[in-house]
Amino acid sequence: MKKVQFNSYFTQYFFVAPQLIIILIFLYLPIVQTFTDAFTIQDPFGFGRYFAGFDNFTFVLSDPAYLTALRFTLIFIFVITFFSCSIGLLLAVQANNVIHGKSAYKTLLIWPYAIAPAVVGVTANYFFSERLGLLYSFFHNLWGFDWYDNVHDAYIYVFIAASWKQISANFIFFLAGLQNIQKSIIEASVIDCKSSFRRFWTITFPLLMPTTFFLIIINITYAFFDTLGIIDTTTIGAPSGETKTLVFKAYIDGFRGLDLGSAGAQSIIMMLIVLVITVFQFRFIEGRIHYN
Amino acid sequence: MFKTTSKIFSQFILISGVLLMIVPIWIIFASSTHSNSVIQSDGMQWFVGDQFTKNYDQVLNKKGGFSEEITATKLFLNSFIMAIGIATLTIITSLMAAYTIVYFRFKFAVPLFWVIFITLLVPLELRIMPSYQIVSDLHLINTYTGLILPLSASAIATLFFRQFYLSIPDELLEAAKLDGVNSWKFFIDFLLPLSKTMIAAMFIFMFVYGYNQYLWPIIMTTSEKYWTVIMGMKIIFMANTVERFAYIILSMMPPVFIIIFLQRWFIQGLFQSK
Repeated sequence: MKKVQFNSYFTQYFFVAPQLIIILIFLYLPIVQTFTDAFTIQDPFGFGRYFAGFDNFTFVLSDPAYLTALRFTLIFIFVITFFSCSIGLLLAVQANNVIHGKSAYKTLLIWPYAIAPAVVGVTANYFFSERLGLLYSFFHNLWGFDWYDNVHDAYIYVFIAASWKQISANFIFFLAGLQNIQKSIIEASVIDCKSSFRRFWTITFPLLMPTTFFLIIINITYAFFDTLGIIDTTTIGAPSGETKTLVFKAYIDGFRGLDLGSAGAQSIIMMLIVLVITVFQFRFIEGRIHYN
Repeated sequence: MFKTTSKIFSQFILISGVLLMIVPIWIIFASSTHSNSVIQSDGMQWFVGDQFTKNYDQVLNKKGGFSEEITATKLFLNSFIMAIGIATLTIITSLMAAYTIVYFRFKFAVPLFWVIFITLLVPLELRIMPSYQIVSDLHLINTYTGLILPLSASAIATLFFRQFYLSIPDELLEAAKLDGVNSWKFFIDFLLPLSKTMIAAMFIFMFVYGYNQYLWPIIMTTSEKYWTVIMGMKIIFMANTVERFAYIILSMMPPVFIIIFLQRWFIQGLFQSK
């Protein structure tokens, strides 16, 4: 905080009030409601509601479909983060390396960032449709690809769609991270080490650690939440629920199935997962990485 | 010799990357300029056809939906209202809240910071059912207010502006105080002009975020008067495949053009504050 500050009673409340009011009504009130839903059971016609303790949670956690979704979400997060991070990093390193056409490459690589997940999903849908899809027929000729029936093929379908969109976000941040590294460090390392490959892994990559960890969190959040639009426009969980993410499942159970108790419990479990990830980032990772 | 190989390698990787990004969208675009029968008989197209004007005109101006009264142009208008509303409201409230947190001797600054910070853990997707409940209790279903407000309950911008305010040298406020500048004047005449780049970057970020919303408009709008472009993806009312292709291309154009043309502002603002 600042050493010198204003000290005006009315003004300070005035400035913070608008955001606080919006957050309280549209964020904290729904959270309270989520907890109420999670710990009560409502009869389907809305006549009564009784306290159920952890019943909703035991119900959710013992449901094989939920565990399938949990497993898929974890694989999904890992694959998206791995592919979009490594391709983004590869492209950023090369873009930082070239002299000719640097800004053109930058422009040509960042625009997919702006495309909505749902639009990416609908687009992917055409490439993977049985009748028109170029990728469908390409993979089909290779090994009989058929995502309508085969779980692993359905995985490949959503992995490609979801990772494709995220490459540019990783590219932007890695490029900015690379440009922030002091030139003198790189110049000094050129004298010590001839191999540019080794130089990258021993000097540049460790200096990029803050960016990398930031991006890992960004990618996890993306895979967790933002991909709902992709799942809903591609497989919708096909072949039979194996490609539902946790968020998608909570949405389907709550909004389509009208099972508020289960949806509430699922939301709270997800909040806990996000909380753990965030705490992990702040406590564990932040202390162990190099900043320039 | 070694250097040249490495430069050629870089160019090769970058060109592959660019193709990976552009080719899928190009195929959709090229296919959208053919007649539907060409797509049905020959599949997706790599080259541009001659039906561009006809297909795009159809998509933008044909009346569709249940009532046969809504055009895609109307959906674009709704999307813009929603996106600009979310961006403007979030930025104004965040600039103000961050001002209190950083520049006032505020008793509750620390708890307030946490109250705002926690919102990052609970994106709309996690509170979608109860949010719907509350918006419907407030009679905001099928209103622009209902589309905008819940998505403006976000703290990303507050933390972003807080970070920026903290990077401004303390001397600025000391000097201003010596000149007898009060808190309102300091905010409007000193902080806002300094924050221009940040505001631009945040506006672009929030606009893209708001425009690209999918789930909330689906849940929130039962009247097609409030449908947005992106949710229209799912409830597509285009008659045939080429028109759907054209719709896909049109729907991604506003945010993509904003990112391409305002790229400098966006990147500068995002990384200057770090």
